Amino acid sequence: MIVQISNWIIPLLLLTVFLHGTYKRVPTYETFVEGGKEGVKMAVSLLPFLLGMIVSISIFRASGALDAFVNVIDPLLAIFNVPPEIVPQALTRPISGTASLSIATDLIRSEGPDSFIGRLASTMQGSTDTTLYVLTVYFGAVGIKRMGDALKVGLLADLIGIIASLIVCYLLFGS
Amino acid sequence: MVNIIWVGLAVIGIIYAFFNGTIEEVNEVIFQSAEEAVALTISLVSVLVFWLGIMRIAEKSGLLNSLAQLFKPLFTRLFPDIPADHPAMGYILSNVSANLFGLGNAATPLGIKAMHEMKVLNGDSEVASRSMITFLAINTSSVTLVPTTMIAIRMRYDSISPTDIVISTILATLVSSIGAILIDRYFYYRRKRRQAV
Repeated sequence: MIVQISNWIIPLLLLTVFLHGTYKRVPTYETFVEGGKEGVKMAVSLLPFLLGMIVSISIFRASGALDAFVNVIDPLLAIFNVPPEIVPQALTRPISGTASLSIATDLIRSEGPDSFIGRLASTMQGSTDTTLYVLTVYFGAVGIKRMGDALKVGLLADLIGIIASLIVCYLLFGS
Repeated sequence: MVNIIWVGLAVIGIIYAFFNGTIEEVNEVIFQSAEEAVALTISLVSVLVFWLGIMRIAEKSGLLNSLAQLFKPLFTRLFPDIPADHPAMGYILSNVSANLFGLGNAATPLGIKAMHEMKVLNGDSEVASRSMITFLAINTSSVTLVPTTMIAIRMRYDSISPTDIVISTILATLVSSIGAILIDRYFYYRRKRRQAV
């Protein structure tokens, strides 16, 4: 059921965009190409970030350090039913978007995209934004020096996002 | 911060490998994973190009704008300090709709514009205003309809159903956004109480 709804969202969205665009006499194809060029730029600029972080994480994992880390925190997490594999991603999510994206990718590759961990990693990555990045960019750009409670609010919201991802994934995908 | 994480992961990994006897595996994975990252980026191109192209149409046809209007009643309540017809409100609404469709690159300049307008409203002060903190809370918990990048990565690793995380992502993001707004309100009233004392 959930899978079916998910499968319908994107085609329906496409249909809406195409029909609305044609109705409003937008030069659809030219506009599509113009926007698509930005996608190429975005992917290219993402490459060095991803590559650097993925190499670093792979070293950490191949050395066995990740397993050791997971073993140490495992008993604590078992109380809350948190799969230990997800912890590195959850910890980096508010700090660096590309770092946590790389960790999520690594999890999807090693655990499989349709495994519980793979789905949890995907959900967690997609459901919150990088607090530190948003804070730096937005406040930096307009010259806000005292950010008040903004950091606290952002980090607490991330925590809720992580817990929400866990609960939603348990409910929808079981484990 | 990112620098420490990046170097830390590699350094701990290499030192651990010395003692764990896994230096061979580490040596191998360095170039192997770099290659993997390039292959991954290439597979990301397909989805990013397609999606950003489609979203450009939605932007030009005014679909994103009409969506923004839909949210207006809700947002005038979320930002009681901003007059409904002030440009700041317009930028906030366009920023949120751009985020909704996973247009991070389009959302950022709009968000900066919104911040700028809010700063003007706040008498050009260097202290973050109430609306600014609310705006950040909403942004960091970003409501997303289509998690484009994650779908692309799932496709790359042969998921049977790459899009089956759409619903779970929407639900999780909804909860975190509501949570963010509640936390923001809590801190706001706490500040007010402290000022009153």
